[in-house]
Amino acid sequence: MQAIATETKTSKAKSATTKSIEGDKRIKLLDITMKRNHYRQDALIEILHKAQSSFGYLESDVLEYIARGLKLPLSRVYGVATFYHLFSLKPSGVHNCVVCMGTACYVKGSDRVLTALEQELGIHVGETTPDGQISLMSARCLGACGIAPAMVFDGTVTGKQEPEMVLAKVKAWRLGANGNSPMQE
Amino acid sequence: MDLQELLEIGQRERDRQQQKKTRIRCCTAAGCLSSGAAAVKNNLEAAVSAAGLEDSVEVCGVGCLRFCGRGALVEIDPNGILYEEVSPAQASGIISDLSEENKDREELPLQGDLNHPFFALQMPVVLENSGKIDPERIEEYIAVGGYQQLHHVLMEMTPSEVIEEISKSGLRGRGGGGYPTGLKWATVAKMPNGQKYIVCNADEGDPGAFMDRSVLESDPHRILEGMAIAGYAIGANYGYIYVRAEYPLAIQRLEKAIQQAKKYELLGSQIFDSPFDFKIDIRVGAGAFVCGEETALIASIEGKRGNPRPRPPYPAESGLWNCPTLINNVETFANIVPIIREGSDWYASIGTETSKGTKVFALTGKVSNTGLIEVPMGTTVRQIVEEMGGGVPDGGKVKAVQTGGPSGGCIPAEFFDTPVDYESLLKLGTMMGSGGAIVMDEETSMVEIARFYMEFCRGESCGKCVPCRAGTVQLHALLSKLLNRQATRADLEQLEALSYMVKETSLCGLGQSAPNPVLSTLKYFQQEYLDLI
Repeated sequence: MQAIATETKTSKAKSATTKSIEGDKRIKLLDITMKRNHYRQDALIEILHKAQSSFGYLESDVLEYIARGLKLPLSRVYGVATFYHLFSLKPSGVHNCVVCMGTACYVKGSDRVLTALEQELGIHVGETTPDGQISLMSARCLGACGIAPAMVFDGTVTGKQEPEMVLAKVKAWRLGANGNSPMQE
Repeated sequence: MDLQELLEIGQRERDRQQQKKTRIRCCTAAGCLSSGAAAVKNNLEAAVSAAGLEDSVEVCGVGCLRFCGRGALVEIDPNGILYEEVSPAQASGIISDLSEENKDREELPLQGDLNHPFFALQMPVVLENSGKIDPERIEEYIAVGGYQQLHHVLMEMTPSEVIEEISKSGLRGRGGGGYPTGLKWATVAKMPNGQKYIVCNADEGDPGAFMDRSVLESDPHRILEGMAIAGYAIGANYGYIYVRAEYPLAIQRLEKAIQQAKKYELLGSQIFDSPFDFKIDIRVGAGAFVCGEETALIASIEGKRGNPRPRPPYPAESGLWNCPTLINNVETFANIVPIIREGSDWYASIGTETSKGTKVFALTGKVSNTGLIEVPMGTTVRQIVEEMGGGVPDGGKVKAVQTGGPSGGCIPAEFFDTPVDYESLLKLGTMMGSGGAIVMDEETSMVEIARFYMEFCRGESCGKCVPCRAGTVQLHALLSKLLNRQATRADLEQLEALSYMVKETSLCGLGQSAPNPVLSTLKYFQQEYLDLI
């Protein structure tokens, strides 16, 4: 619901924000990807992947741009972007922390890891800390069940994690952030 | 490319390998890479050149070496040594141990026992090349006979003979359903000529299952060859592999494999100078479990929301862009090459009356030996969990094994003498599933596991049909009420009744099977539910 609300708000301010991505170098990458796929409408998911990897998340201007490029209704592009879990319409934190909640990891205690993180960061899974430093997410299964419980820190899969190890890692991130910019805590 | 050239490439590669006395195989599948396998491999290479052994020792990256719980794994061939939990610092120790005079035992990592039942009871068919060849080099696949079966099929068999061979082998779909593969192929082949598609379902969404990931990362060319043979048999010239985005390494290796196969003209137009064309494209998922369901998967390949649709028409009649489409799982395609090579009689001699061949399982959870195993159908659950898996670490007691992921159920310890085949597992109220086997010990609460799976299905329900969308929410609420000790006996009755309702009225496999973990645990562990009231 919240996402839809912000969506309408931003589309009202369209004329102002479309300019923000105009001339952006990343748009060129998107153009190349669309061209390589011959602007085929069935390549929508590939193009959203590309957009997300270059912009970090799918802002509404980018969705509109893709809709125009592929000659698809915006509702369809928005529908697909919100259907799949890996697409995010909100910016994520500087650091990403993903807890695998697959069965093997769960049986080996990944729920304890997640609870510890939620307490430490003061946010719930799927949220980003107010200072925009750390995003906490969960995954269905990373397929790294042999080294359960598994985690992904900024794209690196790490296995056999205990709550203490994970908290130490997150604290180090926060210290690093403190060194560069003051944080409200 | 013709057969002569293919054989020459293979021979050149074998000659190249034989020049080196020792091959050090480093597992470079995703599990071991997370345990530092890349650094181990680099250090081993550096140690080899430091010792001046480049002429006799080769360090190569290979696919999964099975024992995923003890990564990073390194195998020395032909010495038959498997090192476990290798750290980059131990690399020089491993290399100096190769030359006899320089024994320094202390620096060596743990050695695995290759005669342990974990390895001894395995029967590699799907995984025959896994851990032996470098998945990133097509030459190594060709050196072990790769793409020869595609040539054989194109030159010496008619499409109907290929289908006949697959039917006779008794191969059944490895994605979980167990539909006879030959019958599926025959149905698509019978459709009128015109555009047809092959789809490889690599959207391995069951949490706790990683067989397909391992196959794709360890032996990607086997899937390409299997798909091409299927394309010839049913008259399709285009194939898609739908891989989940959570498997970046599998995607990368598949892309590389397709490129190499194209370069060698083993994919593309007029393969082996025959009139047969076959192209393969990869489609990457975006994190939706329901896309493993075939009609949802088709919608996703078409770039739409992954909503399933009612069947019939089945994809075999009207699938991708309304064309006849053959959808098989990764492991099913991986079985095609050995069936063509060794013959259907050989394949049918493995396994039980109704379930032929082998099955790959990902053995995980509260078990000493976690990893990838491939066993003949009919192996008992006890052999898998107790002999191969070594039971619960620290002497705990095994309570049950969960198979089939969120669609399956559990096998309690008293039924461990059941042979693993499609029918026996269904009789127990679970299913083969794609092959995740998660061991649970006495500490695991079965009600919590049921709620865990229901939470999964609640989140993954696509929302198209009401029984699944609303039913999973209600079932989850009832399970939470139980676990919060606020439930009454009436709630328990409602839980069961609602489970059957969701099972019988949902549109697709996700909803139809979502209550299975609840029903299965209610059947075998009712006391745990009653204790919470």
